Amino acid sequence: MKSVSSPAVRIGLSISLATGIYGLSFGALSVASGLDLPQTVALSALMFTGGSQFAFIGVVGGGGTGAAAFGAATLLGVRNAVYGVQMNALLRPAGWRRAAAVQVTIDESAATASGQTDPDEQRRGFWTAGLGVFLLWNIFTVAGALLGNVLGDPRAWGLDGAAVAAFLALLWPRLRSREPVAIAIVCALATALAVPLAPPGVPILVAAVVAGVWGWFGHGPAREGLEPDMDPYGGHGGGAALRAPNPHGPGAGLRDGGH
Amino acid sequence: MDLWPWILLACAAAFLTKLSGYLVPAELLENPRMTRVAGALTIGLLAALATVNAFASGQALVVDARAAALLAATAALLLRAPFLVVVLAGAATAALARLAGLG
Repeated sequence: MKSVSSPAVRIGLSISLATGIYGLSFGALSVASGLDLPQTVALSALMFTGGSQFAFIGVVGGGGTGAAAFGAATLLGVRNAVYGVQMNALLRPAGWRRAAAVQVTIDESAATASGQTDPDEQRRGFWTAGLGVFLLWNIFTVAGALLGNVLGDPRAWGLDGAAVAAFLALLWPRLRSREPVAIAIVCALATALAVPLAPPGVPILVAAVVAGVWGWFGHGPAREGLEPDMDPYGGHGGGAALRAPNPHGPGAGLRDGGH
Repeated sequence: MDLWPWILLACAAAFLTKLSGYLVPAELLENPRMTRVAGALTIGLLAALATVNAFASGQALVVDARAAALLAATAALLLRAPFLVVVLAGAATAALARLAGLG
């Protein structure tokens, strides 16, 4: 795992840095949403799945209940179960390594591992990205939370605008074809329609129901929406062209009907 | 409202979700229907969260400085800016729009 000449390690390190740094925005937005420093740190260390963490503070910041925040965060984490199946098949971790592997099973580690073909490289990629993101994400979360605490009025600094941008940036790399765009638009509209009718937080769960039903009865490609926030093999938000020559890119196994 | 119980519950649920992938027989989770649901949930929830954070004020829909942030973030993403730049563009735009008197 020490070898710097390993492509998987190099990719894992760069994705760790890129992802870790945006822990800054999570930390700052979390305290702006009303969580304190220990609560913010708990989310990054224990929940450790960026999208769900943003979902939790996004619902709380919008006036939603803890229960609604729990629901949004938990549903947004469902994709990690799919990554878990893939990583278990690739790595077969046992004992204490398994608990560690479970906790660092996220978009970035799964994508780094499944982008490699050699089993040793897959293992190195998974652990480098998983542990690297974990370390840097938590360090930058603390830095962001401390920064957020000294900023004062979050609205004057546009932190509510930063939250909007963060959600759009998390969504963006997943909109690679017509169907995900359609899902996004329909769910956005369903949410907007529900806002005046339901208490804060609930409209997001309405969208989850719409999306779940769509996925259950849909016939689109099976992997839509399971692209990583930060694609280790394609750069942010535009990986299709770069990824094409790599038949074992993130999710390729499923797309090919493998396993 | 004490958030701690919900935070810890949500953290436990996140871990158990990840763990389920390692414990549950692969066929149960890794079939096209389940991956489609997981993918659609991810897209739908992120779209909903962006919408609520941009336009909801309590139970009202409003167009204010956050809508300007949404536009700025879209522009930054179209220009393939990295995540942090997109977020900073959103923050700066919302702050400036607010200075200019837009909610």
